[in-house]
Order: sequence, then structure tokens, then C-alpha cells
Amino acid sequence: MEEYRHRLMDYVREEIMPHRFCTGCGCGTVLNAFVNAVEGVGLSPAKMVCVSGIGCSSWIPSPYFRSDTLHTTHGRPIAFATGVKIMRPDLTVIVIAGDGDVAGIGGNHLIHAARRNIDLSVFMVNNMIYGMTGGQVAPTTPYGVKTSTTPHNNVEPAFKVAELVMTAGASYVARWTTYHVFPLMESMQNAIRKRGFSFIEIVSQCPDNYGRRIGLRTAVEFLHQFKEKAVRIDKTAGMSEAELADRIIIGKLCDRERPEFTAELHALTRRIVAALKQEQPA
Amino acid sequence: MIEIDEHLCKGCDICIEFCPLKVFEKSEKLNRKGYYVPLVACEDECVGCRLCELLCPEFAIIVTNE
Ligand SMILES: Cc1ncc(C[n+]2csc(CCOP(=O)(O)OP(=O)(O)O)c2C)c(N)n1
Ligand code: SF4
Ligand code: SF4
Ligand code: SF4
Ligand SMILES: [Mg+2]
Repeated sequence: MEEYRHRLMDYVREEIMPHRFCTGCGCGTVLNAFVNAVEGVGLSPAKMVCVSGIGCSSWIPSPYFRSDTLHTTHGRPIAFATGVKIMRPDLTVIVIAGDGDVAGIGGNHLIHAARRNIDLSVFMVNNMIYGMTGGQVAPTTPYGVKTSTTPHNNVEPAFKVAELVMTAGASYVARWTTYHVFPLMESMQNAIRKRGFSFIEIVSQCPDNYGRRIGLRTAVEFLHQFKEKAVRIDKTAGMSEAELADRIIIGKLCDRERPEFTAELHALTRRIVAALKQEQPA
Repeated sequence: MIEIDEHLCKGCDICIEFCPLKVFEKSEKLNRKGYYVPLVACEDECVGCRLCELLCPEFAIIVTNE
């Protein structure tokens, strides 16, 4: 039989494909969009470091993307990525991890990295649940949902992570879903090119550990829901909070120029070293 | 041209549902992992938009422009 090879297979670890994600898992689509985005900006994986944490979404870059990767502890990929970027500002540093990882246990790293505006791209896969560990409530789980740790229903409201990151000071923030793959891919390209902290919240499906709890058994049902619930940010102006409560706001939240942390830090270091050399000529 | 790498496909049906021109159809064909692989039923209808290629979670669809 004839064998066909995907044109972007060189970017993934083909030897371990098919990947381990469940049937219809959004993680596969995010990997697909990411690989297309990297190819689109013409970035060589040799000039990248991808950092992930713990969770299904953290497997997107590690092991599946063929670049140097750091698979770190739960909640800490942004902290590790900060270290990499400061020591190697010449490399493009990208974090891909889940909502539980980035906005739950790692929430403080997220807001402070955004405040510093360090030149990282963070792609947070928001499947609204702790997928890998079997469907426990996350800070992004919608109000009222039954999960394995909220068996009656969740009485907490969900974090609006993209809005939080924008308020904290990031240069570029957007939200898309795994249904909106073309704008998602384009947005990833813009995030990678942007100097400063870039963040994309990617609303995604976990049919196995979230879907079956909310009556969406398949990826197809999820994607229909994402399509129906999505509202473009420029269409939200006249809408009340109640009207928006059950919707997914998609699009670019901000794209602005702000001082970048590593550049500031290295400029400061150079200034101080130069001043010290003047004080104490060799 | 549309090709499906049947060894990679996990039978999620996303391509069948969301191709705007309904190029794919359900089939009875099982791959060696036990997933139903879609059939490329009306290739002539394809406009090469690549939506299926990008939506597929498995890198299983290959669209080539001809
Ligand atoms: C410090 C620590 N606490 C808890 C865990 C258990 N744990 C592993 S993955 C995970 C949640 C994953 O959720 P998320 O980041 O949303 O990833 P998903 O699997 O949903 O993609 C948890 C709590 C851990 N590995 N380390
Ligand atoms: S448990 Fe959920 S997030 Fe994890 S691979 Fe399966 S569908 Fe994807
Ligand atoms: S989208 Fe991909 S994995 Fe899903 S049925 Fe189609 S070819 Fe198979
Ligand atoms: S390229 Fe577009 S028209 Fe052709 S099969 Fe894929 S989704 Fe359908
Ligand atoms: Mg999650």
C-alpha cells in the first residue's frame, strides 16, 4: 500500500506517533495549529525551547514537538521558562500547558510574568478540567458543573484567564477555541513574533474526563458548542454580563508595546557594569 | 488531493462533520487499532481549503493542491 506523509511531520516526533491523546482530544488540534504556526513564521525549532508542566496539555510540546523541551513540575513551566529566557534571550521560549497547571497551581507565576512582560509565549489549553488526573474541578470549570471533586455541583465561578493576564500587563492576549483553527494559528504566529508577554487561552475539548460529565461525549459535539457559544470580542460592546455569562469571547483582547523584562534587565546590567569599570579602571 | 493516513486516524469524525463540502463519509473500515477510518467519498467536491487538515487532531489528513 502507498504511504503518505504529512508535510509537517518533520516538526513532530514521528517515531512516537500516533500520540497518546484520547480520540478527538483538543490537544492534538492544538499541536497541529502550533506546528503550522511555527512553520508559518519560519522559525527553526533549533532556535526554540518549549517548556511544559504536568497534565495532558503539557504533552503537546513534550514529547511531541521536535525542539529542545523542558518538561517541568506541575504549575512551574513559566518559572522555568523565565530562567531560560533571561539566560538565552536569543531563543524563542514557548510554554504550552493546561488550565490547571497555568491558572490553578501556577496562577501566581502567570500573573507576575505578565506584569513583568517577559518575552514568552504562553499557550494555555483550557479544557476546563484537570484532565490527566481524572476530571477534578479546576479554577476554570464553569459554575454548576459536576466533576469528580464537585459531585453535586461546582459552586465557584470560573476564572476569566485571558482578561486576568491582560489586566496584569501582558503585551499580547487572545482567546480562541479548537474550532477556530485558522484564527488560532494566525494568533499563535502573532504571539510568537511579539516582543513581550504573549498569552493565548485556547478553549479545548476533553471528551473523556470532562465531556462525559457535561453530556458532550464526542469532539464533534464540543466543536459545535464552541461554534455556537463563541462571540467575537468586537461584537460584545452592547452585551450585558448576563448575556455573556454562557458565551466564549474570542479574538484579540490586546496587542500593545510595553517595556520587556529581559531587555530591561540586560540593559541595566550593562549600565552598571560599565559604570563599575569607569570607577575602577583596570 | 486528499489522503487519510489510516494508521494515524482515531476515528473522531471531526473531518466528516466539519468539511464544508462534505467530502468525507463514515465507513465500515477499521484500522489496525480498531478505529473507523473515514472514507474520502467525493474528492471532486474538495476546494482545498485545508480546514480538515488543520482540525484533525492526528495529522492524519494530507491535502495536496493540484
Ligand atoms: C504538585 C503537584 N500537584 C498535583 C499533581 C497532580 N496532577 C497532575 S496533572 C494535574 C492537573 C492537570 O490539569 P491541567 O493542567 O488542566 O492539564 P490537563 O490534563 O487538563 O490538560 C494534577 C493536579 C502533581 N503532578 N503535582
Ligand atoms: S483525558 Fe482529556 S485532555 Fe487528557 S488526553 Fe484524554 S481527552 Fe485529552
Ligand atoms: S479528523 Fe483525523 S482522526 Fe478524526 S476521523 Fe478525520 S482523519 Fe480521523
Ligand atoms: S480541504 Fe476543505 S473542502 Fe477539501 S476535504 Fe478538507 S475541509 Fe473539505
Ligand atoms: Mg485542563
